[in-house]
Amino acid sequence: MTIRELEQKANEIRQGIIDLVHISKVGHVGGALSSCDILTALYYEVMKVDAERAEDPDRDRFVLSKGHCVEGHLNILADKGFIEKEELKSFCQFGTRLIAHPNRQIPGVEMNTGALGHGLSVACGMAKAAKMQNRDYRVYVVMGDGEQGEGSIWEAAMFAANYKLDNLYAILDRNRLQISGPTEDVMRLEPLKEKWEAFGFYVEEIDGNDMREILYAFYKLEKVKDRPKLILADTVKGKGVSFMENQTKWHHGGLNDELYETASKEIAERTRRLCYE
Amino acid sequence: MSKTACRKALTKTLLEIAEKSKKIVVLTSDARGSVTLNDFAAALPEQFVEVGIAEQDEIGVAAGMAACGLIPFVCAPAPFLSARSLEQIKVDVSYSNTNVKICGVSGGLSYGALGGSHHSIHDLAAVRPMENMTVLMPADAAQTGWMVKTIAETEGPVYMRMGRNGVEDIYTEEDVSCFEIGKAHLLREGRDITLIAAGEMVWYAKCAAEMLQEENISARVLDMHTIKPLDIGALRAAAEETGYLVTIEEHSVCGGLGSAVAEYICQNCPVPVKILGIPDEHVIAGDSPEVFAHYGLDGGGIAKTVRELLNKQHMEEKK
Repeated sequence: MTIRELEQKANEIRQGIIDLVHISKVGHVGGALSSCDILTALYYEVMKVDAERAEDPDRDRFVLSKGHCVEGHLNILADKGFIEKEELKSFCQFGTRLIAHPNRQIPGVEMNTGALGHGLSVACGMAKAAKMQNRDYRVYVVMGDGEQGEGSIWEAAMFAANYKLDNLYAILDRNRLQISGPTEDVMRLEPLKEKWEAFGFYVEEIDGNDMREILYAFYKLEKVKDRPKLILADTVKGKGVSFMENQTKWHHGGLNDELYETASKEIAERTRRLCYE
Repeated sequence: MSKTACRKALTKTLLEIAEKSKKIVVLTSDARGSVTLNDFAAALPEQFVEVGIAEQDEIGVAAGMAACGLIPFVCAPAPFLSARSLEQIKVDVSYSNTNVKICGVSGGLSYGALGGSHHSIHDLAAVRPMENMTVLMPADAAQTGWMVKTIAETEGPVYMRMGRNGVEDIYTEEDVSCFEIGKAHLLREGRDITLIAAGEMVWYAKCAAEMLQEENISARVLDMHTIKPLDIGALRAAAEETGYLVTIEEHSVCGGLGSAVAEYICQNCPVPVKILGIPDEHVIAGDSPEVFAHYGLDGGGIAKTVRELLNKQHMEEKK
């Protein structure tokens, strides 16, 4: 896909996120929107995954460590044919498998997540398994910045570097807000780049809402051998819906009809603008 | 009869099956000495993964490996696996239903004198309510070997807890053919009372039954090697045929084998159940045999409890 097509696709997924949060009246909308461009780049350009061959042992693996931001992931899985689009309407409804966190009952989901700080270890296990079985699939894991507080993340970081997991691509959605407020006020994380480098990762710092930068980062990281890699993606929480952008209160919330209309209009406007740019 | 530590049977069997299948991998957290994994690590370095002292990562990594088709055996001390990495066991193994075999060694009071940090008398209570989880406790080396082979061939999460010290051989290699996961093994027939034990306590239950026999008390002994799923058929038969159950476990009296048995019995075929285990208090220090004796969990202690229970019952019937 071209950069423009990917941007349009990301916009489509943004509308899907808004739809789900409107249906269910709940959802971790802010983080779903901040990570939307990254997930779109992964599923439509970077990763080798195919709903027709969902069990292919050589498929690339994806783990959403910040599992609460599942809304974008579900929309992508539906768009890619892993699940029916119709099923999205059951999001968070009684008896559904489309709960508010990824789980393996959903085709295309590799691991149940939800509790924070688990995804990197799981991704390390998948990457190490590839090396042990001489397979050349890659493992992609999207982490939140709030979850960097979990000690288990840093255990996994040591493991990844120790075993030179260069088939592991970690993406840190650095939107700078967690449920109680700015990450640096809740528990200081900086200097994050230096921390990850000290743990043995090759770190690429980018604007995580810029499709061109995201794709270029993956292209560059491809060439790095013998080290795990991390994209430190500077993002905007709530990206694409102006009243949500950089607002702590939109970490989690539902949309009433009025706000839904406002958000949808804004996304539609962005889509139109992209056609003329 | 000789003594062998279950952990040695674990590692010997792992080496045997891993030589035949590259899918079998072993993970440990700086515990290759205490688990006795040095031979495995030397013989099959490519199927051995050292994680360092990082139990949370260890379980997560194992779950990721299982999701990619490997059969990981996580071998490390039970006190740390079942506490430090409990959320990973809950989310990455049980809830995700990954094919991870968690082998907690030096469980219970194996590290008696090292204190509460090194005891795991909470682990059955912690893992028993977890979905998809099979919970096992081998009684001796032969049973351990059988268990390892069986769980390697069966898809699904397992928590298998064993001790550190040498235990008396109860079974021969031939006996294992009659074992089945989820089925209690009838070690000794009896009609007056049933002793239900698991793990190292099976030996003490057997000793108690032999002592009681000399006093004409006929005690049935069930080796409940599978704590979950529980063999309710054997429990019902024991309740109906012997009328009194005594459970014996190297675990807190809260939430372990005794609780599991009581949960079924009180709702389905109520008979008196006595739960023998570690009381809900600060655990006394000492070698595990000393501590077992202190809490009445050795052969003599169990026999004494049974005598008292039956006498009391007899007195009540007379009234």
